This record gives sequence, C-alpha cells and structure tokens, in this order.
Amino acid sequence: MSTSAVVMMIIALLAVWGGLGVALLNLKRHPEAIDDEEADAVLHDGASVTPGR
Amino acid sequence: MWSGRRVFILAAIGSAVGLGNIWRFPYVAYENGGGAFIIPYLVALLTAGIPLLFLDYAIGHRFRGSPPLAMRRLHPKAEAIGWWQVGICFVIAVYYAVIIAWAGMYFIFSFTTAWGEDAAGFFTGEFLQVSDQVNLGFDFVPSVLIPLILVWGVVIAILAMGVHKGIARSSIVFMPLLLIMFLILVVQALFLEGAWTGLDAFFTPDWTRLGDSSIWVAAYGQIFFSLSVAFGIMITYSSYLRRKTDLTGSGFVVGFANSGFELLAGIGVFAALGFMAASSGVGVDEVAVSGIGLAFIAFPTIIAQAPAGVLLGVLFFGSLVFAGLTSLISIVEVIIAAVQDKLGWRRVKATLVVGIPMALISIVLFPTTTGLNLLDVTDAFVNSFGIVAVALVAVVAMSAGFSALPRLREHINATSSVKLGRSWQIFIGGVTPVVLGYILIDTLTTRISEGYGGLPDWFVGVFGWGMVIALVLIAYLLSKIPWSHRSAAYEKNVHGPILDAELDANESATDKTKGGETGLSETAASGSVAGERKKP
Repeated sequence: MSTSAVVMMIIALLAVWGGLGVALLNLKRHPEAIDDEEADAVLHDGASVTPGR
Repeated sequence: MWSGRRVFILAAIGSAVGLGNIWRFPYVAYENGGGAFIIPYLVALLTAGIPLLFLDYAIGHRFRGSPPLAMRRLHPKAEAIGWWQVGICFVIAVYYAVIIAWAGMYFIFSFTTAWGEDAAGFFTGEFLQVSDQVNLGFDFVPSVLIPLILVWGVVIAILAMGVHKGIARSSIVFMPLLLIMFLILVVQALFLEGAWTGLDAFFTPDWTRLGDSSIWVAAYGQIFFSLSVAFGIMITYSSYLRRKTDLTGSGFVVGFANSGFELLAGIGVFAALGFMAASSGVGVDEVAVSGIGLAFIAFPTIIAQAPAGVLLGVLFFGSLVFAGLTSLISIVEVIIAAVQDKLGWRRVKATLVVGIPMALISIVLFPTTTGLNLLDVTDAFVNSFGIVAVALVAVVAMSAGFSALPRLREHINATSSVKLGRSWQIFIGGVTPVVLGYILIDTLTTRISEGYGGLPDWFVGVFGWGMVIALVLIAYLLSKIPWSHRSAAYEKNVHGPILDAELDANESATDKTKGGETGLSETAASGSVAGERKKP
C-alpha cells in the first residue's frame, strides 16, 4: 500500500470508528431514565411494566 | 415497546445495515475519489444523514405512531406522506426478500462451490434460468421459490411475535452474529494474496475529484440510502421508545455504527477484489463491481479460487442473509404498524393480513425466469423516485409547509443528551432539500432521455413509472379513508402529556398566547388533532 493510502485508511477508521466510540461514551455517561408511569408502577406494585405506545 | 434503548439501538442498526452497506458502499467510495471520498462522506453523514435520522426519531417519538398516524397527528394533511412511505416499504419488501433468498441458496452452494468455473453463467443460467423475454411470466424457478417461501415464513413469524418478543429478540441474536461473522470474513480476506493491492486501490485518494460535484452527490446519496431514513422505518421504530429517551445520543450511535460497518465492508470487499485481480493477473479496476454482480458473480469467483474459500463463502452469504433479514423485518414492520394503527387490529391478525398477501405477491412475481428484470426496474425506480421524492416532500412539508422544525427540535432537546441548535433546522430545511432536489431532477432527466437499462419502454412504463405514480395515488386515497373508532387515532391519548404534564401544559399555554400559527401549533403542539378533539 502507498503511504497516502495507509494515511487515508487510518484517518477513515479513526473518524468513523472513533465517532462511534465517542457516541457510545456519551450514551454511557447519560444513563437511561425510566418513564414516570413505570416508576409509579414499580413503587406501588413492585412490578416492572412497559408503558404502552 | 422496546424494553430499553439498547435494544432499540440494536434493531435500528439492524435496519440500517443492509445489503447496501456490503455491496454498494465499497464501489461508490472506490469510484468517487477512493480515500478522498471520506471527506464528502463524513460531511454528508453530519449534515444530512444524522439530521434526517433525528427528524424521523422526533416525528415517531413525539407523535407515537406508524408513519400515517404520526404524520396525521402532526398535521391531518400530512397523513398521505405517511401512506406514501408505507407504500414504498411494501414495494421494497416484495423484492428485497428475493435477494435474501438468493443469498440463502448461495450460502448452501458455498459448501460445494456449486457455480464451478463460471460464476456469471451459473447465476443467470443454471440458478435463475433468466429468460430472454422481458415480460411478466409465471415460469417458476424452484431453487428460488422454496428459499423465498422460507424467508417470508421467518419474517412473518418474527413479526407476529411483536416488537418486544419478535423484533427485539431477533436483533439481539442476529446483530452480534452478523458482526462476528463479518469480522472473521474481513480478517480472512486481509490474509489473501493481493489483499493489500485491493486496499491500496480502495484508499488511495484522488484529491482532484473533490472539486467535482458528482462525488458530493454520490456521498449524499450513499449516506441517504444506507441509513434507511425518510421512508418510515425510523418513525415506526422510535414510536416504541420510552418517552424519556436520549434520542440524539442513540441516533449518533446508530449513524456511526452504520458507517463503521460500511467501512469494514469496504475493507473486506476490496481485500477480496485485490485477491481476484492478482489471481487473474489484471488491475483492481477491472474486477471492481457493485450490487448483484459483486455478491453473486465476483464473490463466488473469489470463493472458488481462495484458500479456505468455503469458509469465506459461508461467512459472506451468511452475513448477507442476516443483514438483509434484519432490514426486511424493519421494512415490513412499517406496513403492519400502519394497518394496526388505522384499523385497531391486534398484532397477530395485522401481521397475517399484511404478511401473507405480501408474501404471495413476492412469491408470484419474482422467483420466475423473468423476475430479474422486474426486480431491477422496481428497485431502481422505488429508490430514485419513491424514497428520494417522499424524503424531499417530507422535509419541505416539515420546514416550509407546517413549520414543524422548531417544535420537533424542542421535543428532541427535552430528553436528549446532545442538544440540537438552529443548525439542525438549517440542515433539514436547507441542505437536504437542495441535495435531494438535485438528485431527483438529475435522475429524472437521465431516465426520461435514456430509458432504463435498455429495457422495453412498456415494461419500464408499467413497473417503473407506473408503480411510482401509483404509490402516490394510493397514498392519497388511503389518507381519505376515515379512521375507525377502534383505531389508534382514537384510543391513543395524544391529548395528554407526551413528555410530561408540565412541559406540555407550558407548550399549550405558549401556543395559545401566540394565537393561530400554522399547522403544528394548531394541532399537535397544543395537544389536539384538528376535528377530532376528545377528552383526555
């Protein structure tokens, strides 16, 4: 492989896979919140529910 | 409902990662500047792909329905756009299933390299038995018919189990499997003789091409088709999300995962093509192809010549089957969800009433000796004049028509980790209409002046032009059918808090003080659907 091809391969991998890594880190830093009705149900019945659409 | 955002993300990646990632991206990138293509590609991803993904998420999540219902809740006049998207999904599903059936057969053929020395002759001759006649025939080919029935059986069974037990669980199994198989495939391809020559051809940048508008159009086109945006899938999938979901955070993961997979496919495919070029003593440019030619002619040739070719074949066609299945499931889900919403039917009934006729249409039209031309025409037209046109109409309607973008942005920002600025509105209302409009007009003029693929005018007229025009007319008619009182338009409570009571009360108050603005503020934002106000 030529130097320019190697450089572009590294840049492409870093940009795309790096972007995915950053996106996953961001998601990890913001844990999932449950909806109010689910929280209420867990509080009152001790059961987990999935809310309707 | 999804049990959590992780499952949604997996299913959304499963939908986005399809055949196009494996057989379209590598060639598009190679043809359009090689390594230099990464620049327009990333620009297109960030200024059109991911913003459009967010638009779909916002509509589906805010208005909680399949495209017709979600659009209707946004503005009653927008319902037809939703049905147009449903029609497009219908057409895509009936032919997409056939390609998965082919890939399934080639998975089995890989064990014996059944195509022998002449992969091209085997594909169109022995396997598809393609007729010289271009017409609609019913001369069935059993080796395609049987796997096609199986594909539909699997898809209908998964969808009948519902979102949580069917779609979510199948994504949890299929997606990791797809990734593992594809990673092994890429590693194996990298060890083939000539692999690095292939990668050299793929990544060597041609900077002069950056000034050429065609590579920018190609980049926007690739991102647009690859992400499965703007034809209802993501609206439907995001309607099953919890109300407090991080929409942008999830969307960035889906967008970059889709591109990550494409890039991996580019490496795997060009490593294999490098081997093919080296073994036949020609340049990579002479063997580089895309689409059906890559999957069913070039790859079989490589599999027959490569060391441990059987493994390569099993991994490649297995990946095509899994990538295709997860996408097909998401496409058919749009139609089932729309029928469920409109008629208030239960899941299994809606799945069978939608799935079985669709399967029959697919089975009658495509696994025949004349099916290949039909597939070619419907695919080309539904993509160029179905998806691109509906996307253009939708973005213009959301921005100029109903002035919905500020409200949708507010909705996204209320629960998302990455807040959207005004630039998002500019991308959706400014960049995407220009790009989509250019792509649409460009293809339109080419098709009108040159026809399609040398096929007879009547054939292209009926199954190409006729089909795309019929989709618009049918969508309009479906939007005129009144919603049953048992339908989701009545039973689901759009009037109550969508996010939380306080926020919606504030929104409602703000809208009242503003007075009668256009579209959105009169309808959904104030929590009502015009003409059918119902007590919460």
